[in-house]
Amino acid sequence: MTDRIADIWGPRTPHAKGTVWPARVDQYLEDGVGEDQVEKWVPSACLLCSNGCGCDIAVKDGRMVGIRGRAGDVVNHGRLGPKGLYGSTAWSRSKDRLTRPMIRENGVLVECDWDTAMNRIVEVSKRLKPLEHAFYTSGQLFLEEYYTLAVIGKAGIGTPHMDGNTRLCTATAAAALKESFGADGQPGSYTDIEHCDAIFLYGHNMAETQTVLWSRILDRTRAGDPPVLVCVDPRRTKVAEEAERTGGVHLAPRVGTNLALMNGLTRELFKNGWVDEKWVAEHTLGVDDLRAIVESYTPEHVAEICGVDAAEVRRAAEIFGTSGNVLSTVLQGFYQSHQATASAVAVNNLHLLRGLIGRPGSGILQMNGQPTAQNNRECGADGDLPGFRNWDNEEHVKQLAELWKVDPLTIPHWAPPTHAMQIFSYVEEGSIGLLWISATNPAVSLPESARIRRILAGEQCFVIVQDLFLTETARLADVVLPAAGWGEKTGTFTNVNRTVHLSEKAVEPPGEARSDLEIFLGYAAAMDFRNSAGEPLIPWRTPEEAFDAWRAASRGRPADYTGLSYEKLRGAGIPWPVNDAAPDGTDRLYADFVFPTATGECETYGHDLLTGATVTEQEHRALRADGRAFLKGADYTPAHEPVSEEYPLLYTTGRTVYQFHTRTKTGRAESLRRAAPDMWVELSPSDAEHLGIVEGDFVRVESPRGALEAQARVGRVMPGAVFAPFHYGTPGLPGEAGRQANELTMTVWDPVSKQPYFKTAACRVRKVRDGSSPAPAPTTAASAPARPGGVPETAGGAPTVSRAVPLPSYPNDPALAGGR
Amino acid sequence: MYLVIYLGLVHHAEQTMAASLRTVGEGHAQHPDVLFTCQALAKMSDEHVERLTPIVERYGEQRHGADVREPERLHADGLAEVRSGPVGLLRDLQDLHVLGTLTQTTWTVVHQAAQGLRDDELIELCEHASGQNSRQLSWLNTRMKAAAPQPLIVGG
Repeated sequence: MTDRIADIWGPRTPHAKGTVWPARVDQYLEDGVGEDQVEKWVPSACLLCSNGCGCDIAVKDGRMVGIRGRAGDVVNHGRLGPKGLYGSTAWSRSKDRLTRPMIRENGVLVECDWDTAMNRIVEVSKRLKPLEHAFYTSGQLFLEEYYTLAVIGKAGIGTPHMDGNTRLCTATAAAALKESFGADGQPGSYTDIEHCDAIFLYGHNMAETQTVLWSRILDRTRAGDPPVLVCVDPRRTKVAEEAERTGGVHLAPRVGTNLALMNGLTRELFKNGWVDEKWVAEHTLGVDDLRAIVESYTPEHVAEICGVDAAEVRRAAEIFGTSGNVLSTVLQGFYQSHQATASAVAVNNLHLLRGLIGRPGSGILQMNGQPTAQNNRECGADGDLPGFRNWDNEEHVKQLAELWKVDPLTIPHWAPPTHAMQIFSYVEEGSIGLLWISATNPAVSLPESARIRRILAGEQCFVIVQDLFLTETARLADVVLPAAGWGEKTGTFTNVNRTVHLSEKAVEPPGEARSDLEIFLGYAAAMDFRNSAGEPLIPWRTPEEAFDAWRAASRGRPADYTGLSYEKLRGAGIPWPVNDAAPDGTDRLYADFVFPTATGECETYGHDLLTGATVTEQEHRALRADGRAFLKGADYTPAHEPVSEEYPLLYTTGRTVYQFHTRTKTGRAESLRRAAPDMWVELSPSDAEHLGIVEGDFVRVESPRGALEAQARVGRVMPGAVFAPFHYGTPGLPGEAGRQANELTMTVWDPVSKQPYFKTAACRVRKVRDGSSPAPAPTTAASAPARPGGVPETAGGAPTVSRAVPLPSYPNDPALAGGR
Repeated sequence: MYLVIYLGLVHHAEQTMAASLRTVGEGHAQHPDVLFTCQALAKMSDEHVERLTPIVERYGEQRHGADVREPERLHADGLAEVRSGPVGLLRDLQDLHVLGTLTQTTWTVVHQAAQGLRDDELIELCEHASGQNSRQLSWLNTRMKAAAPQPLIVGG
């Protein structure tokens, strides 16, 4: 019996380089439920981080009562993390689930039936022009739902105003892949962990954000022949500790200076002859420009900008430059910080300069923050066109117009897609009259919360919210639609390394709640969207029919699903592309070093990384990329809000291991809730001492935009910086005081990916009153106190089971014969 | 030799461009991307002015003259204040684009003269500045296309 609150990553299963990661099945059943009482196990994949672990849902008496990992799944080899184990099912029976639609009458939300709610939506929708409609979705829906909504928005209505909260988590990953390789699509695979000699984690606290993937790394670093780790993070995380333990480096650049560090590492490759000149000449474009851009970033200059040690910059570059195979992973420390796309592209550049791509052990994982973010990008419910098609390519638009049988001008390719922050600005100024929000909580998750609340609460826009609970956002809506959640509906979704899973319906949703697919189909039927032949625009009725429609849309594109079917996915997760050339899926892309950069094929013609200006088709054609990857660089520029006398500290936000997003699910699971029950902020020991603050004191943190009050953890953040977890909402769950990290953040975004910057504001801190207990921050990971002792260890999770099992066969694993 | 007149023109045009970019950025600060990008683009023009100054001194700048009325009339005044509202942003970006085009074409003709005079320092500056002008114009074009449909179709 393992307490997976105290033991986050579970028991180790170390193994040698080049061998298959052993299998171990993790299982949790709710209190009092024995394994023999489980009536059925329903296959699915976990939704509580972006890793996408294959799992089975335990069902008893028509209820979801637990979960276990699937040993044969390529993603997790049977393991699950604390969030997946404890948090996957408890929410589903929560008493505060939404079970009936609601409409606002005389200022108050009142329950009604589906016809009343849908009639009200349709009445408003029919009155409005296409460009007065906006849709804001999630990284939590299923592929079938995104694709259906994409067709509604892009071919039924014809609005460019579609985005998801994926803009907050994964937009830079997509943008960086498009800039370097021509199209979205993760080059690497999780199997690279077993074959690499070094792992670089850039702004990626994997130990907390993807615990199962971190277990996979620990099973290599704790073996006899470990890879060397390099960690770039302003906090002393578990990843940072492991980097030093393996003989690597922890670089803690000043918040907002990532690009200067990356330019310094790139320069070292050039200066030390670690560039594979022949490979670069054959497979890339732009090396001379890149060399010129990074020329001035000497280790000493970088040390000055970033506040790091010049020798450690040299050491990190040497590890990258001289290791046989290198795996890089990138997440929010880069994506949500200053010069996000340029910094993430710089990671791609390092791999391209050495030709470290397309072979086992040499991979790039531009991570996602959410479990189904990839599908939003693929299907085009966000700012992208379905199938990684290019908005600026008339031929690509024509393909979709023919598929959907609509006039190409219906598809709003004459306007650039509207990113989330711009959608909210249009709502603010009154030119969007209908905003439909599905499975996300922008009142807590978007920057500058006070502004977002004001926008959503205003009379100028009709707001529809479709969710499991009456969230902070739903309380401000005009219509609230009760949605079925995971396990209550069927559909597919795709994780970071392109693995597609089928998640089957295990139980009935509560009350009158409906799946998001049913809701979208209901709206399409009520609006009576037709194609140019007069037939219904959306002929599908079931998830499987929607999946088949998507397969047709993906044909011939990089994310090719044509070889997949529900039947085929019932066995295990399969990574795309899956087609005639790769019937069993594809473990890693670009093994032939041919990239989708040809003008007729690429998803974008690219951007100026400094300004976001688009490259035109003509300019792109003149480059004759024709399958070569792009090396692109930019100069470091200081962040938008520098520290000042008034606001002397840097403010950065992030996650903790026990919670996900705004705690819609994890906050309702007792083991997780107790492990990280309430808001805190982290200060370095030197800043705390200077401010007269000790562990547990209540402090007020203020930026020019807002403030929060919480208990202080004197912790492991770098001096000069303040860290705040973003999970805790206002007013939060019943009985909790309201404190919200995004009250302080800035409305500013990356010029290319349009991802908001959550990590570059300035702030000040003062003590409000003494605390009578330590801060409610977990001790088990990066939020641990600077000085151990005096703070009780975080523990007390319900018992779980972990058992080693014989090694199943993984079809694409390069460590097994026949792996691709 | 009218090159001195054109050096004066381009010197003035880049100063006007920098000042106008800052005016538009600050005037539309509710669009943070407009504010921050205009500031970044203004710095490019600042740098051109800075590098041009010693060259102008070398040739002797002449902005005015009785026999050079035509180039003088090409001076654009720049934007001293911004327009309001969504269409206002679009119009201001268009004005910046006009200014940027004037600047770039002036560099083009200066570049021709610089080559004829075999002035390597000026040739290098013309090529660099014209390239940076292209980045300014590309962004203005990109941002205008983003700003246009909503007010043109929905506004009013």
